[in-house]
Amino acid sequence: MRSQIEGSRAVAEAVALCRPQVIPAYPISPQTHIVEALSERVATGALGRCQFINAESEFGAMSLAIGASATGGRSYTATASQGLLFMAETLYNAAGLGLPIVMTVANRAIGAPINIWNDHSDAMSQRDSGWVQLYAENNQEAVDLHLLAFRLAEELSLPVMVCMDGFVLTHAVEAVDLPDQAGVDAFLPPYQPRQVLDPADPVSIGAMVGPEAFTEVRYLAHVRQLAVLERLPYLAGELAALTGRRLDVVSPYRCDGADTVVVALGSVLGTLKDTVDELRDEGVPVGVLGVTAFRPFPFEAVATALAGARRVVVLERAFTTGVGGIVSADVRAARPGTACHTVVAGLGGRPVTSASLRGMLRDAVTDQLEPLTFLDLHREVVDRELARAAATRRSGPTAENVLHDLRGGAR
Amino acid sequence: MSGQPVFFYQVGTFAVGNRLLDPAMRSGQADPDRANALTSGHRACQGCGEALGARYVLDAAMRATGGRLVVVNATGCLEVFSTPYPETSWRVPWLHSLFGNAPAVAAGAAAALRAQGRDEIRVLAQAGDGGTVDIGLGCLSGMFERNDDVLFVCYDNEAYMNTGVQRSGATPPAARTATTPAVGDRPGNRFGQGKDLPAIAMAHGIPYVATATVADLRDLEAKVAHAMTLHGARYLHVLVPCPLGWGSASCDTIRVARLATESGLFPVFEAEHGAVTGVRRIRRRASVEEYLRLQGRYRHLFEPTRRDDVLDAINAIAEHNIHRYGLLAHPEVA
Repeated sequence: MRSQIEGSRAVAEAVALCRPQVIPAYPISPQTHIVEALSERVATGALGRCQFINAESEFGAMSLAIGASATGGRSYTATASQGLLFMAETLYNAAGLGLPIVMTVANRAIGAPINIWNDHSDAMSQRDSGWVQLYAENNQEAVDLHLLAFRLAEELSLPVMVCMDGFVLTHAVEAVDLPDQAGVDAFLPPYQPRQVLDPADPVSIGAMVGPEAFTEVRYLAHVRQLAVLERLPYLAGELAALTGRRLDVVSPYRCDGADTVVVALGSVLGTLKDTVDELRDEGVPVGVLGVTAFRPFPFEAVATALAGARRVVVLERAFTTGVGGIVSADVRAARPGTACHTVVAGLGGRPVTSASLRGMLRDAVTDQLEPLTFLDLHREVVDRELARAAATRRSGPTAENVLHDLRGGAR
Repeated sequence: MSGQPVFFYQVGTFAVGNRLLDPAMRSGQADPDRANALTSGHRACQGCGEALGARYVLDAAMRATGGRLVVVNATGCLEVFSTPYPETSWRVPWLHSLFGNAPAVAAGAAAALRAQGRDEIRVLAQAGDGGTVDIGLGCLSGMFERNDDVLFVCYDNEAYMNTGVQRSGATPPAARTATTPAVGDRPGNRFGQGKDLPAIAMAHGIPYVATATVADLRDLEAKVAHAMTLHGARYLHVLVPCPLGWGSASCDTIRVARLATESGLFPVFEAEHGAVTGVRRIRRRASVEEYLRLQGRYRHLFEPTRRDDVLDAINAIAEHNIHRYGLLAHPEVA
């Protein structure tokens, strides 16, 4: 059914259609609306025997999900930002144990400085945790990715993170089409665990493994994640039969004949596509490549999509301090020899405007784009703080100084 | 078969041989069909109190649930010595996740069982004192507060033994550990407020809280059996001497545990919904010194010079416990 609905509500509806059995949750903005909606569904009995548990922390929430999943329960939770970091140890554990937990990450910046707005630094910080990471461009895709995530997770016995931009998507009201329950039931069979705590067949899960087998166990996790690249397109085909919409590991847009292609993840793809449409109308040969599956990274699909490009710009919503791009490293590995620029944009909720993207792309196609660019960086603010730090030892807290400067005061 | 007539021989102990008891009263360990949940061949040290305690606890829980039990284990000695790859000593469905999350993992397991309509299967979580009173306390408090249907068992050996005997929040005052060395003016662990986890558990008002030691294994079994008749969050705190960390002889594990209770340093009691319902009284009062003398971790209190000031302070803790819980059966003759 198609309706105007908030992104968080739509995701909650999609998760509910997947018949979760245990939903532990801990509140953190901007993920709260999702679990609020699910708690209501559970309270009204709409989800049958599903257990909603108010956890004492995100660490607790993911631990509850681990216990539930290992006991044969379909488990779901949602978090963001600091919450994802607080889960870090449990994320590696869930992945290492091969538990098919599905989690929404309402992408949000990480402090300090504390910031509740959208970027990708939370999810990127956990890219090596062993979780599959799928990024949604819009709320329809977020809904469809959640349906896919449960099937993928359970088939391959690994956890899946569906990343959707905090506020930009979670709090946006858009037209979203939700499939009916019978369709979802046909797509997603009841959870059949590979390993389960069952008195009828006792097993030890989480035993200690030494050097004699640790490499093999870890390598098998790698193999299992790589299988996503095979299975995701196939399962997406099955899902398309239900929804009429096709997902894939990447989504190329006007890449044919594109001299320059911008690679990006998440909601910024919408603005990028509009900008590319305008530039194409002006005769500038640019295209866009959306990366839906970031972990595992679809090297082949990316290489194929970028085959005709002479220049690649990776637009990143996070960066690794002291290096620059995070996604860029994988894109470079997929297309060695192709010029690859990193543009860090939209940190901590700064709007990524079409005007800025146009300017950046104009620079790119005229070979004026630096290897690493921080889009819309206020250079004078930065210089002022650097000068202050050089002039005096006790120059004070950086964040407060910068805010003070922006207010126009002197310190 | 009925038991033989019971005769109490004067052998200097209060123990009555299992074979003399009615079968219904015998220890679970005397049952040839016991679950043997933690089976032999594991790699615990000689005289390990935790291995002994865990075996009794789990077999009692298996008997109480008719084998319908899943077990969650925190990281620690118990997890390490029981699952050296590729072997496992567990004959129960067993999950080890992390050091600090066993209460939450267990609560998740209980929730999943309820969601599947299989809540006749019960959940038991176990951890050492570090996993309980320190790194796991947040999750444990959450589990208590939600009254999740889990029996949580803490095997308290009063320090981080698995990592080499470092101080935990459960380490008693003056005890020497690798991070509270017996040097300086105040050797060993500092005298703090302590972290009385049974009392913290009781403050949550959960259905059942009990303490026990491996010196009284029938009492331990009975408490597990009683705990499994109840639903909701239950907490069992078991004192388990560690020969390695305490510097006691492997053959003295039971003796040390008994002296801990008989000196008043470790009160053994039961509580329901926040109120004490039963106390195991001291039968033959032992001096605190008798308890401390058996343990190398307290040697600095006796040599090179005797520290009566510290001994008096420890004795005051025992006296406080005796008064607080009414540990003496006949205070006037104590």
